[in-house]
Amino acid sequence: MRDVAVVGFAQRQLQDYDGSPTCAELLVPIFGECYEQTGWTKKDIGFWCSGSSDYLAGRSFSFVSAIDAIGVLPPVNESHVEMDAAWALYEAWLKIQTGEVDTALVFGFGKASAGVLRRTLALQLDPYTLTPLWPDTVSIAALQARLGIDAGEWDEAAMADVVNRSLTDAEKNEYAVRAGGSSVEDLLARPMFADPLRKHDAAPVTDGAAAIVLAAGDRAREVRERPAWITGLAHYTDALHLGTRDLTRSESAARAAAAAGGTDGVQVAELHAPFSHQELILRRELGLADDVRVNPSGGALAGNPMFTGGAIRIGEAARRIWDGTADKVLGHATSGPALQQNLVCVMEGQN
Amino acid sequence: MSRTLSAPVTVAFDYTRSVGPVLGRFLTGLRDGRLVGARLADGRVACPPPEFDPVSHQAPTEFVDLAGTGTVTSWTWVSEPVAGQPFDRPFAFALITLDGADTPLLHAVDVSSADEISTGMRVRPRWGAERAGVITDLVFEPDSGTAAPASAPTGTDDVTGIITPISLDYTYAASPEESAFYRGLAEGRILGQRCPKCQKVYVPPRPACPTDGVPTSEEVELSDTGTVTTFCIVNVPFLGQRIAPPYVSAYILLDGADIALQHLILDIPVEEIRMGLRVKAVWKPREEWGTTIENISHFAPTGEPDADYDTYKHHL
Repeated sequence: MRDVAVVGFAQRQLQDYDGSPTCAELLVPIFGECYEQTGWTKKDIGFWCSGSSDYLAGRSFSFVSAIDAIGVLPPVNESHVEMDAAWALYEAWLKIQTGEVDTALVFGFGKASAGVLRRTLALQLDPYTLTPLWPDTVSIAALQARLGIDAGEWDEAAMADVVNRSLTDAEKNEYAVRAGGSSVEDLLARPMFADPLRKHDAAPVTDGAAAIVLAAGDRAREVRERPAWITGLAHYTDALHLGTRDLTRSESAARAAAAAGGTDGVQVAELHAPFSHQELILRRELGLADDVRVNPSGGALAGNPMFTGGAIRIGEAARRIWDGTADKVLGHATSGPALQQNLVCVMEGQN
Repeated sequence: MSRTLSAPVTVAFDYTRSVGPVLGRFLTGLRDGRLVGARLADGRVACPPPEFDPVSHQAPTEFVDLAGTGTVTSWTWVSEPVAGQPFDRPFAFALITLDGADTPLLHAVDVSSADEISTGMRVRPRWGAERAGVITDLVFEPDSGTAAPASAPTGTDDVTGIITPISLDYTYAASPEESAFYRGLAEGRILGQRCPKCQKVYVPPRPACPTDGVPTSEEVELSDTGTVTTFCIVNVPFLGQRIAPPYVSAYILLDGADIALQHLILDIPVEEIRMGLRVKAVWKPREEWGTTIENISHFAPTGEPDADYDTYKHHL
């Protein structure tokens, strides 16, 4: 296996982006930041891979307009996934492993506010027995949350505690679209939205874009004193039918963590939990020790741009390696309903 | 004035899906007013039946007719329903484990407040009068009092397919550069922008020049005359077509632009359309103008001699 590291990261998160859903306008300065961080130009990027969805944009081939932001004459080596950019990162990491390229720029973008996000996401469900009922994402997460409450796995106070810690940490995150801690009592006094979920238990609808730069071996060392070396990277998925899954668990998250080499020694974990109770599921499934610092960025509850909410977790975790505040970190991404698909990326300062 | 222009857009499509033998049996049951599950390789009964057990990857071993009544194993209150859901007023979504089944079904329960549903509550199906063999043929209701029996099925053939209408509403925004273009059109002007790196003039202007990856910036007002660089004679009728075929859709290189614009060519027999034809915009009456390319009804021949190939050969 080749040593591959995260060496660049840039992001934008916005509450109500008024621009085109192709987001090229956001990507141009984001790519500019990646060039500045690495000292590279477009010619140094061996492979480009993006994550986005036309269902979010409300138009066809939206990713083709987005690659205008790269400047693709002469043509570039490019690919796309209809998933969070964390999965684009996985494809790029594989591409580097093949030896065909040494560097990659991974990006994602989405204007979730263009439609009704929780409704649009019903299209990722089983099209025969679920989508015709239009079960929105918040309702499905609420069904999951209640299963755990009824089973005694967690309670509303534990969920509020996750929210309070996340929104308090988000005060230090310039990109957060929701921030400001209060107290568990105050949060529990707020009205229900999708009983047992209150609005703050769900990630805010967020527009945005992000990019991550990967590099192998010496190409990584030339960019950073402490590249965030990827020492484990894996993703798995659970079954399509919600009824055949134990929704209080996330088997795919546990399998991904095991395949990534486990989480012993992880000091900081950025978990992509779009709903408060999902962080509680993930902590357990990933086997995180009690002293692991979870989501110092504020996590998805502070901002969750579709198609980069997971990739941003990897970028935020990598930053803790670059600045020397941690030696081993974990970035996690999820996709699909109720934590169906999960990706784990473990990074270390030493490889 | 807002930074960008936006407009509502609805994207709608009917998905026609064949359902296969397992889902077909389940959906035929719904059409007939029955709930059908299937036994998985590990002995559990699942409803709806998956085509393959996600653990063993085996097909179900047998179908099982279920009574239809069941128990709520989780629920939520949909305080703000979205379009297409079973009710347009607040209602409950629930996971319901049907009697005789081991895995839950997600469906709607018709209760009037969150106080009227709880985990462990007994529910039963309430069947629609006209059933097509789709999951929306029923909703659930509290299992109390006398249940109305399902009406007679409206068909006898097995259900082999379903049609699922999908309709999504968006507010579609133009980029700042595209917004400048549309605002110009509302004044009868065609505005392009020049890429600061390659100096090419794009119309419409773009959030990023696809060659250089930078926004086009310097505004350039273009003539409404140009040259046909390539064209297509549309002979095929399609949904939403506004002009009777045959007609010509063409790329028009406006004088002063480097990138061609697509529009209609009318006022010329289709067999006379050709590369190099000089054309001019035919504008609709001014009182009909808006922030839209439709302000230009079409392009029509100017009567000038054809443009020399060398003048547009780099713009094909």
